[in-house]
Amino acid sequence: MSDLRGDPIFEAYLTETAQLVGQLEELILACEHAGAFTEEAIHEIFRIMHTVKGSSSMMQYHNIAALAHALEDLFSYLRDHPARPANWSELSDLMLEGVDFAKVELHKLRSGEPADGDASVVIGKVDRLLDAIKRGRIEGEDAADGPVPSDGLYRYVATLRFTEDCQMANIRAYQAVFQLRDRLADFRHIPESLLDDPEADAVIRRQGFQLFMATDRSRDEIVEALSGTSYLKDLQVREIAPGEYARANPPAREAAGPETMDNGPPAGKPDGAPNREIRNTAGAHQTTIQVNVDKLDELMDLVGELVIAEAMVTQNPDIAGLQLGQFQKAARHLQKITKEIQDKVMEIRMVPLATTFQRMNRIVRDMSKKLGKSVALRLVGEETEVDKNIIEHITDPLMHLVRNAVDHGLETADERAAAGKPETGVITLEALNNGGEVLILVRDDGRGLDRRGILDKAKARELLHRPEADMTDKEIFQLIFLPGFSTKEEITEYSGRGVGMDVVQQNIAQVGGTITVDSRPGEGTVFMIKIPLTLAIIDGMNIRVGDALYTIPTTAIRESFKAKVRDIITDPDGNEMIMVRGECHPILRIHKLFRVPGGRTDIRDGVLIMAEQDERSLCLFVDELLGQQQVVVKALPAYIRRLNRVRGVSGCTLLGDGSISLILDIQGLLNMNHGGENGHVGDRTERYVAG
Amino acid sequence: MSETARNDTLLDEEDSQKDKYLTFIVDGESYGIEIRYVTEIIGLQKITSVPDMPDFVRGIINLRGKIIPVMDMRVRFNKPFREYMERTCIIVVDIRDLSIGLIVDSVAEVVNIPAAAVAAPPDLTKRGNRFIMGIGQAAGEVKLLLDCEKLLTDEETEQLLNN
Repeated sequence: MSDLRGDPIFEAYLTETAQLVGQLEELILACEHAGAFTEEAIHEIFRIMHTVKGSSSMMQYHNIAALAHALEDLFSYLRDHPARPANWSELSDLMLEGVDFAKVELHKLRSGEPADGDASVVIGKVDRLLDAIKRGRIEGEDAADGPVPSDGLYRYVATLRFTEDCQMANIRAYQAVFQLRDRLADFRHIPESLLDDPEADAVIRRQGFQLFMATDRSRDEIVEALSGTSYLKDLQVREIAPGEYARANPPAREAAGPETMDNGPPAGKPDGAPNREIRNTAGAHQTTIQVNVDKLDELMDLVGELVIAEAMVTQNPDIAGLQLGQFQKAARHLQKITKEIQDKVMEIRMVPLATTFQRMNRIVRDMSKKLGKSVALRLVGEETEVDKNIIEHITDPLMHLVRNAVDHGLETADERAAAGKPETGVITLEALNNGGEVLILVRDDGRGLDRRGILDKAKARELLHRPEADMTDKEIFQLIFLPGFSTKEEITEYSGRGVGMDVVQQNIAQVGGTITVDSRPGEGTVFMIKIPLTLAIIDGMNIRVGDALYTIPTTAIRESFKAKVRDIITDPDGNEMIMVRGECHPILRIHKLFRVPGGRTDIRDGVLIMAEQDERSLCLFVDELLGQQQVVVKALPAYIRRLNRVRGVSGCTLLGDGSISLILDIQGLLNMNHGGENGHVGDRTERYVAG
Repeated sequence: MSETARNDTLLDEEDSQKDKYLTFIVDGESYGIEIRYVTEIIGLQKITSVPDMPDFVRGIINLRGKIIPVMDMRVRFNKPFREYMERTCIIVVDIRDLSIGLIVDSVAEVVNIPAAAVAAPPDLTKRGNRFIMGIGQAAGEVKLLLDCEKLLTDEETEQLLNN
């Protein structure tokens, strides 16, 4: 099949189906959690499968359509026979298998491959389950089946599909109904309005024409009468329970009488309310639109350029120092609008974490089943929003942490019982807003990290550079993020697929985030991920060292001050420190670190900036502060990043006059300084920081 | 425009670039670079140095909002660094989707060197010769023809060897 990517119908199909499949998965997990499929859930699933089937067959993805069809049949049966089947869990498994199949196929389509998966295995299972449910029910059949038809009428539902070349399918459907109506005691159809509704043709093409009828005629007679319809491709007639018939025939509709069969077109009936599906989509179209992420990225880039251009105008060297009242006023106005546009664009890109969090439901479910552990996942604050790009980067690390928690963090049921804990382990995934950043906590109430084990392992792998006795528990736990700490010794199906915690940390660091861990033996472990709300634009303080310009994220700055010589302490290794309000902070001279020529060397001439992150602090020695401004973060060129040598710089930005300023990475600088090294980047720190 | 016509223009464009080399001077030596890699030639710009880079990477420049690294070809060829002068140019090349600026002493001209006039380099093992893919002759002059891809990738292998 040719590559359809970019084709609007194809894109719409992918988006819609992916959404439906996602909804379906959530629904199944929710039902499983509740221990039963409620009637609404069954209806909802039926509706979803119905839509997926319709659109998939329209797009000619027959395997997806066939699977959806099988599941639709299954749920249509469940819907008509409200008594519950014995094994909900088997049903959930099967549904999830179907969900996975659809996901794989959709993924293939999205990457431009044909959807060629074979659904027959899953379909076979669905059919067998349906059979089993049917057989299991035979004894109590009619008793469980709601009221027996008391009026001596049979209820049927006929589904008619028309050939692709059929024009005006709504008219064909109308004809079919017309020739049958004398034999029917009552009837109703979807779509409800055949002649007045301009959408009717499209709806019938998409999902077929459904005719619900109550009649004293036999099924064969109905089939025969309907099969005479011209351009008919496929006809199904099945008998349904009066209950289902009544559901398809809401009393309000009945009171209004069968629809406008006798009125010629166009009757212009204002109350011809479209059926539920149409109303849903129509409603959705009015309030939201779907936009390709690439376009949003482009818009973001443009806004970034706008911010730079604005700075170029308002801070233009040509007007520096001039008193221009009117100009200043206009410039402020421009600044205000730019800021608003920027905020709006950011807002558009914000996505709630809910989807990401809910994916964890599935992981926890699958793993707890496989590992035989009883695990509950608690989600808190999933409405917290972060930038779309960031979500993409943290999904994998989160999955990894959750897997680890289930696999290693939580004890087996026996161990828990022995420790006097409730048998069900609880994993809490919590998100909260904290100023300019978002905190995500992954907490388990398991056995906690093994302090001794971590130390031994770190020693064995020569990752320990400080005496044990000097290290706090938190610092020891932090060792698990070092490259080379995780090994493949402990592979199980879920954790340790060759991915260590160092990769988790790297992924998070890529979006400017940090991860820390804390743990108490027997009580559990907490991983805390801090990520910035957005990557693209930050508040920065511009500083100068010699001729070079740097930008420090304002969130990391605690204060800046002039140092007094008597506060400076120098240790025997030449490392400088400063006492501020009784606390000792290391000093990092930027001119020395980055070997910038012409930087001020006398500590009294320059300024110290105290920067802080994760409860660690250091003082940066710079020549002068240039001022605070919003800067657009740009990545260093790929070539530079590939050399993989830059430490302490997270990116760069363009200033108003077009010059480039490097954005300092406070976390990286702290890590460099961690080993006590204070000169330029040496081998030892390099090994410690990134290996 | 019809499909064939478009193809023809593409071919033409490809054709017009074939065997064409931009020549430049580094330390008195004349080098050639395949014209298809070259995006533009700009004068010297303000270079922002990036810490912890190898000597030949002088830093990054702002090329109309796009930030690209610049590489000093003298240092790259193990020649002594020389302060930049009025004639110093930056040749912006696009190699496998990476934009990079090459700082050269001066840019000479565009010459046509057919494949027949290109000889294999004499000694590949010698340092500084690693980036030469052939020796071309044009108008009685010898040009060292650069292997652009190596300019970018060789660094990594070099790093590995040094470690």
